[in-house]
Amino acid sequence: MKILMPGALRSYTGSAEVEAEGDTLAAMFADLDRRYPGLRFRVVDEQGQLRPNMRLFVNGAGVRDLAHPLRPDDFVAVVLALSGG
Amino acid sequence: MSRPAASPSSTLRRQPAKKRVVLMVATRKGAWLFHGDTRRRSWTVDGPHFLGHSVSHLVLDPRDGRTLLAAARTGHLGPTIFRSTDLGRTWKEARQPPAFGPAANGLAGRAVDHTFWLTPGHASERDTWYAGTSPQGLFRSEDGGVSWMPLPSVNDDPSFRQWMGTAQDGTPDGPKLHSLIVDPRDPAHLYFGMSGGGVHESRDAGRSWTTLIRGMEVVEGFDASDVSFHDPHCLRLCTTNPDRLYQQNHCGVYRIDRSADPAADAWQRIGRKMPKRVGDIGFPMVVHPRDPDTAWVFPMDGTTVWPRTSPDGRPAAYVTRNAGRTWQRQDQGLPASQAWWTLKRQAMTVDDLANPALYLGTTSGELWIGRDEGARWSNLARHLPEIYAVEVASLA
Repeated sequence: MKILMPGALRSYTGSAEVEAEGDTLAAMFADLDRRYPGLRFRVVDEQGQLRPNMRLFVNGAGVRDLAHPLRPDDFVAVVLALSGG
Repeated sequence: MSRPAASPSSTLRRQPAKKRVVLMVATRKGAWLFHGDTRRRSWTVDGPHFLGHSVSHLVLDPRDGRTLLAAARTGHLGPTIFRSTDLGRTWKEARQPPAFGPAANGLAGRAVDHTFWLTPGHASERDTWYAGTSPQGLFRSEDGGVSWMPLPSVNDDPSFRQWMGTAQDGTPDGPKLHSLIVDPRDPAHLYFGMSGGGVHESRDAGRSWTTLIRGMEVVEGFDASDVSFHDPHCLRLCTTNPDRLYQQNHCGVYRIDRSADPAADAWQRIGRKMPKRVGDIGFPMVVHPRDPDTAWVFPMDGTTVWPRTSPDGRPAAYVTRNAGRTWQRQDQGLPASQAWWTLKRQAMTVDDLANPALYLGTTSGELWIGRDEGARWSNLARHLPEIYAVEVASLA
């Protein structure tokens, strides 16, 4: 699937849009970490939870459960939630 | 690139080979290095590094004089460690930053919010580092900070977890494990403090721990025998007398002299000799690089709702030259009024040159030098972001 990355993660990916594989969001982040080492831990904590202030959208719908299933043609957006100062 | 204002640069005169210093300034929005000449008169500013990252601590490895570790996170992204082996010219992210293990011993699993404190290991243990985190956790690296392993003797111990409490029990920006100290005589002898959760030491490289709270006071009305109620803010060991430590605590300034009977050792509240109108509350604790009788504090207003600002808006360091029997005020050059400074616990330090200078950073982004052991203060930089930590190292 295609994944839109926020600017804060482009030091890892080098581009705004990348591709990865996986049948869940968790598997997708595991694949992203193989391609871009270190990326996953900046987004998902060591207990497997999406970090606060991070948001995920699958085909435009907000999702927090990393067990959420994915299809190869899904479009995932990783977004930094608005937060102050 | 805009730079923070530095002190007026004078022409660097040719000097015999002497040590120069580098200041490592960690802030809420990035990190800066201030390179001083051998007289500490002219400063070159290098930064920002990691602009936009909250950098809790930036520390140079004294064992090689060129490896820097930076504990960083952003408002959104999780915590990590950046590592430079060329004094900040290039950086590489740790392969395995500090992270708790899976839930163990029936305790809830935890996630590191940020690494708060970094300490290089013993001189004989090249590439060993220790890290303290928020929520409280202790980690060790044996490969120069590339990968970090949790110490279950602290992180997954039911007693420690009870003393740590929950994230809601800590300081406003999270409970801290801090002041990691390695005894220069023995790499297996370690100390650390927890805000809150007391002072602890290990004599077997972190496999087991004993508490070291005898003599420490707690907030009135609470039980001083309960480790949970103890809130050490900063511990420092005297390198030329490693049996002596000083401590700035939520409830005063203390000294302890270790004896042949460690279990009987007790902290002495030396802050009681501070002027009553100033009190002995604060965050940093600084010890002289060679004289174990000399130490400094920077008092904060700990009355009423705890403003954590300089008492009466008049910032000052206080120095003792006799291990806490008397204290003298040092405010020459500092603002005389309406300066409501806050200094965090890592934001004051001293260099090890022949005539040591103190350094401090404020949460309002000012960096100051206290020449002649704090006798004369002058400003080095203004307009930095909120300063979290100031460290200094001498370079050949």
